[in-house]
Amino acid sequence: MDLRYSDEEIAFREEVREFFRTTLPNDIRRKGILGQRFNRDDIVRATLLRHERGWATPSWPVEWGGTGWNAVKQYIFKEETYIAGAPEPLGFNVNMIGPVIIAFGTEEQKKHFLPKIARLDYWFCQGFSEPGAGSDLASLRTQAVRDGDHYVVNGQKIWTTLAHFANWCFLLVRTDPTAKKRQQGITYLLVEMNTPGITVRPIITIDGHHEFNEVFFDNVRIPVANRIGEENKGWDYAKYLLGHERGGVARVGLCKLRLQRTKEFASRINVDGRPLSENQSFRERITALEIDLKALEMLQLRALSDTSHARAGKPDPMAPILKIRGSELQQATTELQTEVAGYAAMEFDADFVGGGAKPLGGEDWALTVAPNQYWLRHTTISAGTNEIQRNVLAKSVLEL
Amino acid sequence: MDFDLNEDQRALKDGVERLLGDRYDFEQRKKHMAESDGWSREQWGRYAEMGLLALPFAESDGGIGGGAVETLIVMEAFGSALVLEPYLATVVLGGGFLRLAGSAAQRADLIPRISDGSLLLAFAQAEQQSRYDLADVATAARRDGAGWVINGRKRYVLHGDCADKIIVTARISGGSCDRTGIGLFIVDAAAAGVSRRGYPTQDRLRSAEITFENVRVDADAVIGEPGAALPLIEQVVSAAMAALCAEAVGAMTRAHTVTVDYLKMRKQFGTTIGSFQALQHRAVDMLVQVELARSMALYAAMMSEEPNALKRGSAVSAAKAQIGRAGHFVGGQAVQLHGGIGMTNEYMIGHYYRRLTMIDLQFGDSNHHLGVLARTGGLLESAEI
Repeated sequence: MDLRYSDEEIAFREEVREFFRTTLPNDIRRKGILGQRFNRDDIVRATLLRHERGWATPSWPVEWGGTGWNAVKQYIFKEETYIAGAPEPLGFNVNMIGPVIIAFGTEEQKKHFLPKIARLDYWFCQGFSEPGAGSDLASLRTQAVRDGDHYVVNGQKIWTTLAHFANWCFLLVRTDPTAKKRQQGITYLLVEMNTPGITVRPIITIDGHHEFNEVFFDNVRIPVANRIGEENKGWDYAKYLLGHERGGVARVGLCKLRLQRTKEFASRINVDGRPLSENQSFRERITALEIDLKALEMLQLRALSDTSHARAGKPDPMAPILKIRGSELQQATTELQTEVAGYAAMEFDADFVGGGAKPLGGEDWALTVAPNQYWLRHTTISAGTNEIQRNVLAKSVLEL
Repeated sequence: MDFDLNEDQRALKDGVERLLGDRYDFEQRKKHMAESDGWSREQWGRYAEMGLLALPFAESDGGIGGGAVETLIVMEAFGSALVLEPYLATVVLGGGFLRLAGSAAQRADLIPRISDGSLLLAFAQAEQQSRYDLADVATAARRDGAGWVINGRKRYVLHGDCADKIIVTARISGGSCDRTGIGLFIVDAAAAGVSRRGYPTQDRLRSAEITFENVRVDADAVIGEPGAALPLIEQVVSAAMAALCAEAVGAMTRAHTVTVDYLKMRKQFGTTIGSFQALQHRAVDMLVQVELARSMALYAAMMSEEPNALKRGSAVSAAKAQIGRAGHFVGGQAVQLHGGIGMTNEYMIGHYYRRLTMIDLQFGDSNHHLGVLARTGGLLESAEI
């Protein structure tokens, strides 16, 4: 056991830091540091930068564009991405549909899709959740009926993140409504978003921002060739995904960036004639979060180094714990930022939060903190609510 | 970075766990506790046979050359069984001073006797007024010819009642709480002028109040440089805190396992109480805290060997703060989920709560370390992020 970063890992961190320092455009970095939302172009530019360096899809097999880094290096890379203020790789592409195609796609699908997914030529959104199927995903009802070499799809998806940026969608549809178990009779399809019959409608969330959508399917014809794996086996492929993402689920680096920023804010705010950053009670609050974050980081590194579950093809019991604590800390760090900002957090400026410029300067950082606090409530709800995560742990780890 | 135990470490872990599995269930522990020392000399002999008492010492001193990870392995197993013997006092604290700063003569004299189980040590540091401040030392040492004369009263000396030698902090110069002017002296417990009052602690370990009245020691009783001992004291206390963190993780893990087993067995309203979602979620919240604590205990072990004193102190404080809180939650909820039986002295679970509460207090509780860390600038150094 040696829990220190090796010299090689330290040098690698420096290399990644240097990469972002020298290549990431200032307008993108500024948004990341200020907590503004990235637009489609920001995310594409950051992806292409990484792609040019061969770092777009580190976790993939080397033959499909992976880097061959070990888990610790992949973790360092993610950390440095957040700390640089860069947009993270699009999870739907890199961590979800990519690995599914690699595991279950045909050779033809791999050759066609993977390079385009890596470059963001194809931007995927995830069509899983439905109005009646939230945490209980298997109750989905969107229907697909075979018609020659096409499926005809009718139904509705909801909470579709960034569907308005996407040109492709991976979705789960019910192909056998008579199947005995709800998990059976589900098929996994890929569809181009410009296919006739698809309508995307925005859902504005409590932060006033547009990230989620509803996606309607009205007699949408999807070629059978765009099916992943076998008909009626889609649930297995989706389940494979749910246990797959381990490396970045906790977003420790993003919380570190936020805490560091909070300390800077606090040094510019006076309370009782002294900077807030020198106030012992404030310092204890931020220190308590730093301790929580360190514990989460060590847990994340332990999870990464323990590959026994991945090798056995089983979901990692650490993943739900990382999800629970990671989301809680994301919320806690933004709550603290809002509190530090005080009155300055009160102005609602949707344009600025969405990435617009604010020529006046001053306390522009404070305009994003409340919206980000509101938005991050989603982290304890999406991808299986934290209560569902507890159910999973109770059943799978504690065997209750 | 590598979290896997090597072959020797796995063998150590298996060996200690097997020994405790055979000799240290809750009923056997009661028997050990009932012995005159409040712990088992026979067990102590077994630890010596296994090499546990020689574990952290350099091979050149006749030791095994183990590091913080080896100590973590032993302490975690000890925590799991609520071991009563004076391992922390003798091997981690007393042994820590010797291995880090003992003279060649001191090491040659004492380390073999620690290793074979014939010498017990204790660390006498805290005083009535000092609370957790390691620099607050009123006990005085004044020069007397080539030697020293020590006067003062030490309190809360873990296993001070049975120690053969006591390592005492005493002020040589300066005002109370000055960082300089503190010395470390090895005092024979039988020396003229030493008087002790031993007592049981809440977790049924042993502690003592020790008075030094004109106790004379020779020059060779000094550890390290007289008057400049505080950095050494902080380093050894950091190692001891890391060891306590590991012990707490062992105790929490066992308390959690026992509780989950109880949830599967106990029936109410015609079903096992483990089928109730409220209790399932509580058990999961305990698991989360245990795993976070385990992560921080590893971090503390790693950082307890860090040469930079500020980084070392910050990291160990962070771990102690997190583990103190986790211990309160896990220990308290272990009692809660047991219901009435958890309140009884007869049943084991409450004893985990007792020990976890005392571990939090030892060398400073969560709030103390949070305050220290907040004052020294927190954990996220700009260099790291």
